Amino acid sequence: MSKGRYGVHGGQYIPETLMSELIRLEEAYEFYKNDAGFKRQLDTLLKEYAGRPSLLYFAEKMTRDLGGAKIYLKREDLNHTGSHKINNVLGQVLLAKKMGKTRVIAETGAGQHGVAAATAAALLDMECEVFMGEEDTRRQALNVYRMELLGAKVHPVMSGTRTLKDAVNETMREWTRRVHDTHYVLGSVMGPHPFPMMVRDFQSVIGREARAQMLEREGRLPSAAVACVGGGSNAMGLFYAFIPDETVRLIGCEAAGLGLDTGKHAATIAMGSPGVFHGMKSYFCQDEYGQIAPVYSISAGLDYPGIGPEHAYLHDTGRAEYVPVTDSEAVEAFEYLARTEGIICAIESAHAVAHVRKIAPSMGPDEILLVCLSGRGDKDVAAIARYRGVDIHEQDS
Amino acid sequence: MSRILKAFENGPAFIGFVTGGDPTLESSAGFIEAMADGGADLIEIGVPFSDPVAEGPVIQEANLRALKNGCTVDGIFGLVEAVRQKHQVPLVLLTYLNPVFHYGYERFFARCRETGADGVIIPDLPYEERGELSGIAAKNGVDVITMIAPTSASRIRMLAGEAKGFVYVVSSMGVTGVRSEIETDLESILAVVRDSTGTPAAVGFGISTPEQALRISRLADGVIVGSAIVKIAAQYGAGAAPHIREYVRTMKDAIRQGR
Repeated sequence: MSKGRYGVHGGQYIPETLMSELIRLEEAYEFYKNDAGFKRQLDTLLKEYAGRPSLLYFAEKMTRDLGGAKIYLKREDLNHTGSHKINNVLGQVLLAKKMGKTRVIAETGAGQHGVAAATAAALLDMECEVFMGEEDTRRQALNVYRMELLGAKVHPVMSGTRTLKDAVNETMREWTRRVHDTHYVLGSVMGPHPFPMMVRDFQSVIGREARAQMLEREGRLPSAAVACVGGGSNAMGLFYAFIPDETVRLIGCEAAGLGLDTGKHAATIAMGSPGVFHGMKSYFCQDEYGQIAPVYSISAGLDYPGIGPEHAYLHDTGRAEYVPVTDSEAVEAFEYLARTEGIICAIESAHAVAHVRKIAPSMGPDEILLVCLSGRGDKDVAAIARYRGVDIHEQDS
Repeated sequence: MSRILKAFENGPAFIGFVTGGDPTLESSAGFIEAMADGGADLIEIGVPFSDPVAEGPVIQEANLRALKNGCTVDGIFGLVEAVRQKHQVPLVLLTYLNPVFHYGYERFFARCRETGADGVIIPDLPYEERGELSGIAAKNGVDVITMIAPTSASRIRMLAGEAKGFVYVVSSMGVTGVRSEIETDLESILAVVRDSTGTPAAVGFGISTPEQALRISRLADGVIVGSAIVKIAAQYGAGAAPHIREYVRTMKDAIRQGR
């Protein structure tokens, strides 16, 4: 069996045209991850530029209101560019530069990864092109303009369902066209090896920091670590440091969209089956003939028909559990967190907050819930207003 | 000798591709017959997939049309069975791995054997991952075609060394689709392939004109044409068969000149 396996999941299911490049990428990553100079540069960028370590915030009002477990928020929303995505792109773009690449390409759903990739490319003097489903460019128009301000070229993807899955297809196609000077900055713990491992490693700073901060603040570990899951990079980043801590439950929150029984969701673990797609073996939403299903979520960042292979493995072994959260539960949690703690979080992250609202009240006051607030919600304000039927169109005075 | 190897016996082979079920399975059967009549030595049938990541826009759209019209993997096997009753032309299925995985490897390759499909091309199954199905395919007498890319470089010997049926040499970087120029140094790639295996080597991706076919046929054992044929199918729909026959005849004539 090939490299990059998580149980039966993972692997490298990609066209031969990309194999040599993946082998080179793995070699470069294995070298630089232990290279003192590279580590120092990345650490400096994370600290001086991205604003790490991110805060671990005790949500006292929320804790009191829910009346159960103590709730801590890992504030990835406070990172530069407003989400956890910066952790991964700084690592990958720096690595690409070391490999002699002059251009990076990226897929994006909500636009958070695209903005982060465009940011890192601007900082590190790389050309950047971002592929984004045409449907998403309309849902997240502000982020399109933001990427353009950062000097990136945004390509609206017109094929298939015109969302994240199609953006990944098109970025892979572009990589096979032009691989000699171009690195594909994959945004999640998915795709062919070495991406799931590499992205996890770059994101694992979330859990490492949170674990140390938790021990410092509370002198003990949380009962559970909770994060939203699309491809699953913020969840994998949070979970990874806690995997050996068997007392810590790991809970991933999938997008149940309009509900699992409506067919309009992106709940891969709940409703998907094993398959091979986008370079990896994992779970996918698909039909009886293995055609990838159109998925839906109010959150463009969770609107993906698969899940990273390491999550699939954590599910198979029972180490992590995955729960569905609907659009309406996420929107309510989005509004709740804003009112209760004064934090407008990303609609993706609101899926994790929604689950915490469900489980915290029945837990004891001696228990702790650690939640990854993966991104900030400025980008979602217009969509939430639309969801509530409020017109906030800005006009010239 | 296998049907596939026979296709390469009388000089350079012409290999035509059609997306199964575009626009219908009945019309695909007609297109395949037309290609065989026009002189195609081997025919690839594309199994439609929702997300064909190695394809350019022409074949992507054909895949979506076929799926919209209800084409399934079982439908494709029905098509192979129907064609096989009248023709001995070698048939190779081009499919992404997920439909095969989902169907079940044992069941899929048994159906290939029963219906008369001689080989499979799986663009998203590189050498490193073939082990999970190569034994099952071999047991059923189905060749898993090896692909070699412009970037394969030091991998060519390893890849070609295990090739069965024919070696599929990808002419260009990127995805399938018509190209005006092919810039890859095919001579050197084919020299290494020839040095590593006795299995015939065919070149595909980007070939559409008789001039290109003639040039490639002087280097390789076969010329593969996909998007140009799928374009004709898209243009004329169910009535495309005579146009496809004519096109294949022109291409095959060009290849014959090269001998």
